[in-house]
Amino acid sequence: MSEVLDATAPSLVTAPDLKPLLTVSGLAKHFPIRSGLFRRVTGQVKAVDGVSFTVNAGETLALVGESGCGKTTTGRALLRLIEPTAGTVEFDGVNLLALRGEALRKMRRRMQIVFQDPYGSLNPRMTIGAAIREGLIVHKLAEGAAADARVKALLDEVGLRAEYATRYPHEFSGGQRQRVGIARALAVEPRFLVCDEPVSALDVSVQAQVVNLLRDLQRDRGLAYLFIAHDLAVVAHMANRVAVMYLGRIVESAPRSSLFSTPLMPYTQALLSAVPVPDPRIKRQRLLLPGEPPSPANPPSGCVFHPRCPHPAKDAACAAIVPPLEEKAPGHFVACIKQTPTRVAWDVQRAAGGTKPPERYLPLLQDGVRA
Amino acid sequence: MTASNAATSDPLLSVNALRVYFATPEGVARAVDGVSFTVNAGETVGLVGESGCGKSVTALSLLRLVPPPGRIEPGSSIRFAGNDLATLPTEQLRQLRGNRLAMIFQEPMTALNPVLTVGDQVAEVVRVHTNASRAEAWDRAVEMLAQTGIADPAARARQYPHELSGGMRQRVMIAMALILEPQLVIADEPTTALDVTIQAQILELLREMRDRTGLALLLITHDLGVVAEMASRVIVMYAGEIVEEAPVNALFDNPSHPYSEGLLAAIPRLGDLADRLRTIRGTVPSPTAWPSGCRFRDRCQYAFERCATEAPQLLPVAPGHRARCHLIQEPHRRLAGVNAHAAPAAHAAHAAHAAHANVPPTGVAL
Repeated sequence: MSEVLDATAPSLVTAPDLKPLLTVSGLAKHFPIRSGLFRRVTGQVKAVDGVSFTVNAGETLALVGESGCGKTTTGRALLRLIEPTAGTVEFDGVNLLALRGEALRKMRRRMQIVFQDPYGSLNPRMTIGAAIREGLIVHKLAEGAAADARVKALLDEVGLRAEYATRYPHEFSGGQRQRVGIARALAVEPRFLVCDEPVSALDVSVQAQVVNLLRDLQRDRGLAYLFIAHDLAVVAHMANRVAVMYLGRIVESAPRSSLFSTPLMPYTQALLSAVPVPDPRIKRQRLLLPGEPPSPANPPSGCVFHPRCPHPAKDAACAAIVPPLEEKAPGHFVACIKQTPTRVAWDVQRAAGGTKPPERYLPLLQDGVRA
Repeated sequence: MTASNAATSDPLLSVNALRVYFATPEGVARAVDGVSFTVNAGETVGLVGESGCGKSVTALSLLRLVPPPGRIEPGSSIRFAGNDLATLPTEQLRQLRGNRLAMIFQEPMTALNPVLTVGDQVAEVVRVHTNASRAEAWDRAVEMLAQTGIADPAARARQYPHELSGGMRQRVMIAMALILEPQLVIADEPTTALDVTIQAQILELLREMRDRTGLALLLITHDLGVVAEMASRVIVMYAGEIVEEAPVNALFDNPSHPYSEGLLAAIPRLGDLADRLRTIRGTVPSPTAWPSGCRFRDRCQYAFERCATEAPQLLPVAPGHRARCHLIQEPHRRLAGVNAHAAPAAHAAHAAHAAHANVPPTGVAL
């Protein structure tokens, strides 16, 4: 147990470290496209294409976006559950991508993942007690009676009865299985959890229970989360900061309150306006986006969002210039050369075929989403 | 779009004492257990509830598509356009399906035939129900695909379902359902599998089609946001029964069943940055063993002795608004029986709601 205190106590009592717990830079994962008789590589699907972010100890960074935007691949690549194509991942001062064998396994103890569907990630022939115990044994954290006691304590911590340890995954409801998945991840005393759509498969009333559990655990254990989700309303309750992905890139990132009150990237604006509001008296006009996200095998040139973008200053420069992720307000990063202010000078844009100078485009009311 | 268009004439669909049971190794699962409701011509009714509440089985039973071992029990009646769908001979039922009564499923990939082009599948609906020639049916199919917002419909019609995206496949499903201008469309979680920006497109399409053709829509969903946007009347199901039925504004302003109240309080909302969400304790019971008395009592913050001994009836709360709860007769229990920490939050939430009613609509394009 002293292990537990050592791992978590400092982050509870000290101010957030200036040095982030996790630093991801230029992370990329490209999948080869093979075709023809000899299965030659004829192209690349750039599922994740140069993603950079940090996560501080004890905070939640939400990674949001629609199917195929690369958010799940990002989560797995940074844990090296799939090998990244490029980039660096530094966790607690150690470059994860340089580790192998025993050193990597030791580091994995500090970083765990909670999946969307715990049923798919639990062995149906193993009791949930044994599943939770496995991590303790593998990492030599406890054995025998001490391990049993840890399993009981973990079940209690996630709100399950200790006697459930002898039951099998199929005997549990979706919400209970997600609690088991969380207990199993916590068994090895991680400091950081990747939560990949942890509540998406759950009913509203159960979803609320699991969201609250994750928040309580974060407070009690000083955990940091990378919270991958498509449901922006859940993110509004969970995150300290939010990063929005589109077609393999981060297009906007900001502290939660600025992102929800003043989204600056036209894609984020459309995403927020598309969320149905559970109040029949509010009749909103939507920013309906035309078409669907293009294939990451053949992304548009320049800004990947430009073919669907409603920004009134959109012009040929958007198809020519890859927009840098610029800080447009304190802590608020946006990849859009048409949203003022921008460092991509008008001369440069004009040289690239631009005809409309950048301007501020805020189609949502300032308090837009506070329904 | 209010309940005022609830006509005084006969409803289009009238479901009475619907029971759908499944014989399982664990016992008889009473998935739908005495459900009665109506849908009027041109009206959109939302049927909401969580997994296992019986909403999807209700939807399937209206077209008699309940998979075995499910069975519509004797005594159930489903009146639609002068027929009882519960007992109508299969051949006559086929005449109605796809023609005057159509269904849109959640996952079009499994509902569409993978080895036929989507154009053939839409055209087939026309050929089965009319004496249109192959060429005429194809032309109508292409035109319908265009109406559902599919770009380059003539080319798309020659593609197979797996070649289309999820949103595109759902448009094809809608084209199939609406091509013969049915009077009633049953849509079972039509946007649940879609991303939020694509969901917005599909809801817009459904609204447009509804307003153009005057069809009635029974919208089955777990998403109260979708219901708030689309429906004029809402039916809430829990444990195989209807627990509340109300005009949409009344349900959101004044949820009268503790389950509806809990559900509304548990929804995460954009712009609500509260650290904790309100929850409903416990989980949905098993359909083979619904609790005696009130089926929600184990999870109810107001439950009292009577709830264990006597099953509550659907009682009137206001015109068009009914709830299956003893609190309707004993309202003082709502204040007396409540958990100390839960009550203030619930009332604060409602007060906040009421306060917002006069606030200008938010998220509006300037």
